[in-house]
Parts: sequence; structure tokens; C-alpha cells
Amino acid sequence: MAVAARKSTKNPAQAKASAKTGSKKATTQFSQDQDITAYREMLLIRRFEEKAGQMYGMGLIGGFCHLYIGQEAVVVGMQMATKEGDQVITGYRDHGHMLACGMDPKGVMAELTGRRGGLSKGKGGSMHMFSVEKHFYGGHGIVGAQVSLGTGLAFANRYRGNDNVSLTYFGDGAANQGQVYESFNMAELWKLPVIYVIENNRYAMGTAVSRASAQTDFSKRGISFNIPGEQVDGMDVRAVKAAADKAIQWCRDGKGPYILEMQTYRYRGHSMSDPAKYRSKDEVQKMREEHDPIEQVRRRLLEEWKVKEEELKAIDAEVRDIVNESAEFATNDPEPDASELWTDILK
Amino acid sequence: MPVDILMPALSPTMEKGNLAKWLKNEGDKVKSGDIIAEIETDKATMEVEAVDEGTLAKILVPAGTQDVLVNQPIAIIASEGEDPATVKSTGGANLPGDADQGGVAAKPVAAPVASPAIVQGVSESYDASSEVPAGAELVSITMREALRDAMAEEMRRDEAVFVMGEEVAEYQGAYKVTQGLLQEFGARRVIDTPITEHGFAGIGVGAAFAGLKPIVEFMTFNFAMQAIDQIINSAAKTLYMSGGQMGCPIVFRGPNGAASRVAAQHSQDYSAWYSNIPGLKVVAPSNAIDAKGLLKSAIRDPNPVIFLENEILYGQTALVPKGDDFTVPIGKARIVRPGKDVTIVSFSIGMTYALKAAEELAKKHIYAEVIDLRTIRPMDIDTVLASVIKTGRCVTVEEGWPQSGVGSEISAQIMERAFDYLDAPVKRVCGKDVPMPYAANLEKLALPSVQDVIDAVRAVTYR
Repeated sequence: MAVAARKSTKNPAQAKASAKTGSKKATTQFSQDQDITAYREMLLIRRFEEKAGQMYGMGLIGGFCHLYIGQEAVVVGMQMATKEGDQVITGYRDHGHMLACGMDPKGVMAELTGRRGGLSKGKGGSMHMFSVEKHFYGGHGIVGAQVSLGTGLAFANRYRGNDNVSLTYFGDGAANQGQVYESFNMAELWKLPVIYVIENNRYAMGTAVSRASAQTDFSKRGISFNIPGEQVDGMDVRAVKAAADKAIQWCRDGKGPYILEMQTYRYRGHSMSDPAKYRSKDEVQKMREEHDPIEQVRRRLLEEWKVKEEELKAIDAEVRDIVNESAEFATNDPEPDASELWTDILK
Repeated sequence: MPVDILMPALSPTMEKGNLAKWLKNEGDKVKSGDIIAEIETDKATMEVEAVDEGTLAKILVPAGTQDVLVNQPIAIIASEGEDPATVKSTGGANLPGDADQGGVAAKPVAAPVASPAIVQGVSESYDASSEVPAGAELVSITMREALRDAMAEEMRRDEAVFVMGEEVAEYQGAYKVTQGLLQEFGARRVIDTPITEHGFAGIGVGAAFAGLKPIVEFMTFNFAMQAIDQIINSAAKTLYMSGGQMGCPIVFRGPNGAASRVAAQHSQDYSAWYSNIPGLKVVAPSNAIDAKGLLKSAIRDPNPVIFLENEILYGQTALVPKGDDFTVPIGKARIVRPGKDVTIVSFSIGMTYALKAAEELAKKHIYAEVIDLRTIRPMDIDTVLASVIKTGRCVTVEEGWPQSGVGSEISAQIMERAFDYLDAPVKRVCGKDVPMPYAANLEKLALPSVQDVIDAVRAVTYR
């Protein structure tokens, strides 16, 4: 399978750095509770995004809308390894991250529909939401900008002398931006507690990784800065959590940044209007059938933990209720007052 | 022929320096490469080497002399066969394009406007006369020192304030603005960055999102173009995009505009660029007093502030109030020189041309009211309008290019809000609409001059 971990390089010139740049299968198993948590969290994102797609089709959501369907295990696994105060920042495919950070689904959905109850009062939209309370620092529309910003969050942790970690997410596309490497350099130079989570979903919009990246193993992108990295099966929430545990400990111990390349896949188009000519239907179908992150947990719950079907159905129903409620709110909430045009420009 | 040794310049913008010490005495033999003297400025020190062989015949400027002008003869070397006792100086060098860079008279002039007619919606002009507290102790310092003092005072006051940028710490600042900060505050709060503007601007913004108060120094604003995405898309827009949740208390500062003889890529005025952006404040002081007071306000401001300094003004001194409490409000202009016939509006180094022109014009009985904007955004247009309503005429002065410039904005605002009070069209004095040339004569032509301002005033006053 394409997302299987690869062997590290054998090039002797890179031997020293690549000793730290390897790949490991998850060894930790989840408890039943953890599997249930992961299942519920991932399902919430899946159903929320499906609903968002539906509402986009109905004309309730405008502009760009980048769905996270297929990638749920990445952010859920990462969040399961964090503690209070750890920060999250990402690019424009951000709904899943916000839900995983515990931000109110109603507020997220109402922001998508541009209503006054949206998390940014309807002024940010899909790509620009924030929550100081939940330590979610956006939601950024400029590809790669969040990498320097996330490094700045880590700088603040270091400055204050706390042991919090900045989880800075970006995609395989953003990984080719110059400021990513400027940030890598300073992060390692100053030993900043930042985990660069590269969500490699194999396509930057319509461009396959192999057509855009000279080095397609993103875990090696930190080698020249001595930043350790590893490739992770981003469809397996346990593998993600295990890698996150290790990387977070590395950062909390003051050893500097860490790179996790999450090998994942998005089922939907880049945004809502995507001709999907750059990959085959079979490829998507195969991924869904064989590696779906939610189905993996569901099977485990039924087969290994012997959880009853009804129990899972109850979770499904609970998640659907949350999503329906948020859709209803986002549909009926009024648009922002016209006076909002002129607020929040300066403090 | 005897040879004059001239006071050398350490940088293109140096105008004078101190002769610290002589390492050779009169009568000593010197050969080329010998170090004969040491000179210093507030920024750096330098050794003077002999270029010619001969005898140090006469020392014209004794050790310890302050403020020796660049190119002034400081000693005479007699060549072989000449009598050192009788040689005479041949006089200083006359360099091409010796720029017209007289100092700004930085004396604050209190000038309340005599009750101007007020159009609807135009409030009265701002009175800056009480900014310097009565009885405040004044010290004569350079703009460079004023900026440093402002940062040091704010860093003492607030633990969340830190400085980062290229060469700000160990090198003591490329233009010595951060001199001494590392020694007082340590490497945790005075941070040398790699040459990586885009990256460290983003790190600064991220740190500000997390509640710190960074001062990000760009060695010059020319290099901030590498970082302009983070300044505009991240720093300026996030408060709005977050519905007011997440602010960005950050100062981006450094020299802006033309320096001297550094050509097009290092000579650009960005005032108009940043002033186009809602969510930013843009400040451009013309003297040490405002520099200190405004930088302190900028650091305390919860919004992103672009603080545009000017290399040529760094060495100019003024009597600056001592003490932590002195601040100058952002968004308020200052009437530097009252007058009745025409309003001249400028900022930063443009004030040099504006004030000199006003002085010349006064000799011809044309009395210009000179307004220093100090802040470009939010612009204190009310003070400008109140003055224009009184004078009926306006000339704007800036180093930046004419199209979509600060002067264009001022003239549009005057037209929209005080058209009926105008007795002549507003005239803009700007940098010429060309990339900055290197050659001394062309560079001089590309920049606005005192004469340009005088001509513009005579055009709008029909005199």
C-alpha cells in the first residue's frame, strides 16, 4: 500500500541524520476507551464535513470549502497526545482541526455559512477561524504562512519557559514553500518546541507529490537542519498517536523541533469545485475500502473489543444530532449586522 | 606638493565625527598604510590610514575635537624635499552631488491654530504643545539614541517585549539603534536572527498571536518585502478575520526610504504601501522627540505598527524629554511652524525639505504653515483640513513616488472635504517616478529638493 512506512535511506552521506529519520509501525495498542474516543471524534469530523459538502451544494456555504474527509485520523491521533496549553495551527483545510480542538461545531458551521454566530462573527469564513480559549491559532489561507506562525507560537512557549508544544500542520504542497525552511532553521537553531505535522495527502490541489517534489519523503525534509523526522501511517489513528507521543516528549524535553510526515489521503476534491481528473476513481475507491481510518477503528471495536453494534449506532446517532443541530443553527442564524463591517479592524 | 588628509566618512550618510586620537606626531615619518589617527561617531570607530609617504607636517585638528565635518582637512603630509614647517593646506574636497541635507530644526514649536473656520465633520486641529510635559528634563540625544531609549524603557516596563532581527544583539545593530540592549536584557530578549526576513517576521507574528509583544527590526524596509505577506495577510488581517478574538501586538521597525548612493533596491519609501492596509498603523517620525514618544506608543499599542525610520535622520539630535512617561500619541499630526499663506504637509525626512523651504519662503513674505503628519495611518486629516481651510492652499512633500502616494491621498481628502476652501489645486512634491539611480547627480535629481517645494508653493500661491 502506498501509505506504508518506507525504509530510511541507505545513502551513507545521509546516514547520520537519517539515523533519526526513520519510520516505525505503531506499537502501542489503544484501550477500548481510547478506541471509542477516536471513533467518536473522527466520526464527528466525517459527518460534519459531509454535511458541509451538502450545504455547499445547496448554496448555503460560499467561496472555498476544503473538506478533511479521509484525513481524520491525523488530527484526532495528534490531539489524543496533547495536554492543556499545547497550540494548534494549520492551513485552510481546517474544520477537522477545530472540531478536534473542542471548538463548538455550531460556531464552525455558522462561520461556514457566514452568520453572526460564526466563530469569527461571519467575517473569516472556512479558512479563518481562531480560538484563543482552545489554543487554536487558525485557519490560514496563505499556503505555508502558518509554518512560520506556528514556529512563533513555539517561540512564545520557549520565551515563557513553559513546556507546551506547538503542533504546526501543513500539507505536501506547502512543504515546498521557502518560509518552511527558514522556520526549520530557526526552530532547530533555537530548539523551539514545535512539531511540524506534514499531512501528505498525495496531491497539492491537482498536482501529485511526485510531480512537485524532488524529495518525496517529507520526513527527510529536516535532515540538513538536523531535525528528526519520521513517516507515519496517517490512516491509523494508533500509529498517529504513538508518533505524536514520541515527538511531543522530544519537544517537551527541550530537544527542539520534530517532523512527522502523515501519509494520508483526502477522498474529496481539493475544494468543492474539483474536476478530479488527476487521479482515478479506482484509486479513491481502493483507499476508502482498504484504509479508511474510521472503518479500521469500527472493525476493532466490533471484532476485538466485542462492542455491540447498537452501542456504535448510539454514537452515530449522537454525532448526527450534533451535526444536524449545527447545520440548523448555521442555516437559521442571521447574517452579521451591517455595522460589523467596521468593527475589529483595530483594537 | 603637500597632501591634505581629510576627515573620512564611515558611511555614506555620515556628516561629521569626532577625532578621538592621533597616533603620529608632527614631524613623524609616515608611509602608506600607517595608522595615523582614530575617529569615531556615535555608531562606530575607525582608523585613518596614510595613503601617501612623507612627513606628518601639521596636525590641523587636535585630538579630542568633536563634530569634525567630513572632508575637512585634518592634517598635512609633506612629501620628500618639502619643508614641513612651511606647507599649507590646499582646502577640503568638493564631492559631486554633495547632498542638501541640512538638519531639521527639531525644536518643538507650539502653534495653536487661531480658530479656523470649521467645515462640517472637520474637528479642530490637534495641539501638540502639551506633549512634552512642562518642566520635563530635556537631554540632547540623537534619533538613534532616542529609539534605543524608547525600546529599553518599554522592555524594562513589560517583560513581554523583546527585540529580534538581523545583527540587533552582538553586532549592536546594523545602524546601532539597538546598541547596549543585549548587555542590559540578555540574549533571551534581544535576539539575533539569521538573514531570513520572511521566516522571522512570521515567527514574530506567531509570538504576538500568543500574547508576546515583539519588536521586529528589519535592517532596512527594503528587505521587508520578503516578509510583506506575513505583515499584511497575517499581522494586519487576523483581528478582523477572527471577529476580534486574536490581535497582533507587534512593531515592525527599521530605516525606510532613500539612504545615500545605494541605488534602486535599497532606496524606496514604503509609507504609501503600508498606509494602504486597514489593520495596520503606520508611523514615520522626523525627529528624535517624536521618534522616542511614538516608538513607546507603538510598543504599547495592541495593533501591528509599521515604524518607518530614516537612516539619514538617525544622527540628528534634539532635546528629548527624559523619563518613562513621555509618549506621543499615534494618529496625531503636529503643526511645526504656523503660517497663513499655504499649508505644507510632510513627514519623516520630507520635513527637512519642507522646513527649509518655509524658511526661504518667509524671506519672500510667503508664510507657510508646516504640518508634520508623524503618523501616516490613521492619518490626522482633520489637522490638515483645518489648516487648509485657513490658508486655502496646500503642498505635500514626500520622498515616495507620486502615483498612489501619501500626497495623492491628502489631496483627494482635501478635494472631497474642503474643496470650496481651496484657492488653488493641491500640488504634490514627490520622489521622481523612476527607480533610484546610483550616480550622485542623478540621485539628487530623483529626490525632492528644497527648490521643488519652493517652486510648488510659488505655483499654488501664484507668487
